[in-house]
Amino acid sequence: MPTADDVKARIEANIPGATADVQSPDNVHFSARVVAEAFAGLSRIQQHRLVYAAFEGELGGEIHALQLKTETP
Amino acid sequence: MTEQPPNQIRDAIAQAIGENPVILFMKGTPEQPACGFSARTVAALQSLGAPFAAVDILPDPRIRQELSALSQWPTIPQLFVNGELVGGADIVAEMYESGELAETLGVEPSEAPPVEEPVVGARPMGIENRLS
Repeated sequence: MPTADDVKARIEANIPGATADVQSPDNVHFSARVVAEAFAGLSRIQQHRLVYAAFEGELGGEIHALQLKTETP
Repeated sequence: MTEQPPNQIRDAIAQAIGENPVILFMKGTPEQPACGFSARTVAALQSLGAPFAAVDILPDPRIRQELSALSQWPTIPQLFVNGELVGGADIVAEMYESGELAETLGVEPSEAPPVEEPVVGARPMGIENRLS
């Protein structure tokens, strides 16, 4: 089961320059605030897709929910 | 219905998105949401008084598979306005709070927080019923 640290590491590894602050009460539901220069000029949908791309096929499975807030620095 | 190949499900989903200016794919129904994220999204739409179609994705797992393949979005709920994916629960909540959701929906911004009471007019629509 992924921990909040695992999820943070995955996001930061997949989005160069990103900083992720991840919380999870149960290692199934996660809440992340991600700040990345890479989000500049992207719509919210595109920003969230960038984050989701780090979790191919796992969202809705092992990671039941990932509540997401994306921002530029 | 069980003999339906997946692409017919995808076609039915695409058709539903095309036919309904505002359509929400969710777990459960607006009257009985089966997930907190779906419930929050329904509450935001209802508090703006925007009419919307709703599709429960739970009756057949293929609905979710095909929807996510079509939208390139992995999670539920998914809100579409005028054929475009607007977002899931987090984006809808952010847009609700900033007033962008009202603007996107073409309604007046609500001053009250999202209410949980169901609003008449938000009827569930079963994709599976369209596939017989």
